[in-house]
Amino acid sequence: MRFNWNGMGAIYRFEMARTRRTLLQSIVSPVISTTLYFVVFGAAMGSHMGGIDGVSYGAYIVPGLIMLSLLTQSISNASFGIYFPKFTGTIYEILSAPVSYLEILGGYVGAAASKSVLLGLIILVTARLFVDFDVAHPIWMVAFLILTSVTFSLFGFIIGIWADGFEKLQLVPLLVVTPLTFLGGSFYSIHILPPLWQKISLFNPVVYLISGFRWSFYGVSDVSVEISMGMTLLFLAACLVGVWWIFRTGYRLKA
Amino acid sequence: MQSIIDVRQVTKTYASGFSALKGIDLQIRRGEIFALLGPNGAGKTTLISIICGIVNPSSGNVLADGHDVVRDFRAARERIGLVPQELTTDAFETVWDTVSFSRALFGKAPNPAHIEKVLKDLSLWNKKDSKLMTLSGGMKRRVMIAKALSHEPPILFLDEPTAGVDVELRRDMWAMVRALRDTGVTIILTTHYIDEAEEMADRIGVINKGELILVEGKAELMEKLGRKQLILQLQAPLQAIPAALAGYPLALSDDGQQLTYTFDAQGENTGIDTLLRRLGEAGIDFKDLQTRQSSLEDIFVSLVEDRA
Repeated sequence: MRFNWNGMGAIYRFEMARTRRTLLQSIVSPVISTTLYFVVFGAAMGSHMGGIDGVSYGAYIVPGLIMLSLLTQSISNASFGIYFPKFTGTIYEILSAPVSYLEILGGYVGAAASKSVLLGLIILVTARLFVDFDVAHPIWMVAFLILTSVTFSLFGFIIGIWADGFEKLQLVPLLVVTPLTFLGGSFYSIHILPPLWQKISLFNPVVYLISGFRWSFYGVSDVSVEISMGMTLLFLAACLVGVWWIFRTGYRLKA
Repeated sequence: MQSIIDVRQVTKTYASGFSALKGIDLQIRRGEIFALLGPNGAGKTTLISIICGIVNPSSGNVLADGHDVVRDFRAARERIGLVPQELTTDAFETVWDTVSFSRALFGKAPNPAHIEKVLKDLSLWNKKDSKLMTLSGGMKRRVMIAKALSHEPPILFLDEPTAGVDVELRRDMWAMVRALRDTGVTIILTTHYIDEAEEMADRIGVINKGELILVEGKAELMEKLGRKQLILQLQAPLQAIPAALAGYPLALSDDGQQLTYTFDAQGENTGIDTLLRRLGEAGIDFKDLQTRQSSLEDIFVSLVEDRA
């Protein structure tokens, strides 16, 4: 057996089946909560607010809100996916099966990223019902969507391995990722901030994700699209190094 | 006979400094039922976990059907099925789905006919569409076995397979294990129930404090270490063992009604005939007599206590 496609596929299908079983929590809930943002800030308040960079406020926040869901759901899906077998003890079967770490990663992270991409596209279509917008660079948009989903699913996988309780599982998404996303330009351009806060914002990795994603919609961005893509790839590389270290040492997987 | 599992100088020291295994050498023969006995914390599960790839050894190596379990892990693990001690199942999955999942995880193409056979053999067929959370503990144990057999492994590890199951199910499990052995599957089981090992095993290994104390065929072990006792129920109670019988390994019960003589069943001369003659000469009559052979449990306890 060179590459265990059946094994990787089994993990992938298992995780996707979990999404189907928990459709309300996995898909419907984030779609509804994001839609509420569109209704309140886009359709209701947005019409009374001025646009940013020539884009109406309702349309301006669409990429940021999609990114908000994408980040939180990628982390949540991937971290729960690997944490739960550890919690229930069924991880023994994964560890004793002829699956390599790459195949384990492909199954768990692949499924988490697939769910996030699907969710992002559903939110995109739903947003169009409330707010008028166009996508200027659809290929870049899809590229950012996939890259962000994969990167943050990897990050979620690391959190799922690290967590030894449900509280820790929620810690990073709630206390780190959500604040960084809200302060990363989901609802505004960082150019409207005072100069000092603009500089501080540049240390927030989510700024680059939202900026690049927004550029793919409207051709306007806080930082250049090349830098956005570069920073996203850098974070992807950092996550890959983290996962490689976990598998090499067996951290919290193997005694 | 060729070994199907070959454990060479395996040690395991955990990060805490606890040494769980101290240079284990063990060869399991193809097609046998091997029982690994040991008290809690002896290292049984650690050893199985190392062979199955769940725990990394600190040193040494393990071959499964000729394949190194670390360097050639795919080939080694393909050949192994594991039923762990804990009942760890995905509560929301159906029996059919979870067993099919296990088969795919081990790299095998779908084979509904095989899954059907396994479920029928384990009396799970009528539960195939039931969610695992609705099953009893005994049924879940069967599902764990079905999962381990789903990829048709020639080696099956059963870690405490009958822990917490009722007598009837234990008997069923024993029958199932024998049936599997008859199909050529090598079975390694750990157990706390000595009678389980006595009932099923071809060979027995005793592990204590991370060391393999002994590996023997069950019959040889019983012969070599088994002791027999002759128990005499006396007509009249004795105050003490008469001086004329002082040279015999005799024990008198507290009420003086029973005299026990321990002897080596394999010895050239058991000494029973001369003992009985001496008893007659001393005027000690008995109304009943019986012999008792030490069980595997006695042997196990004495081995572990000797090493304590």
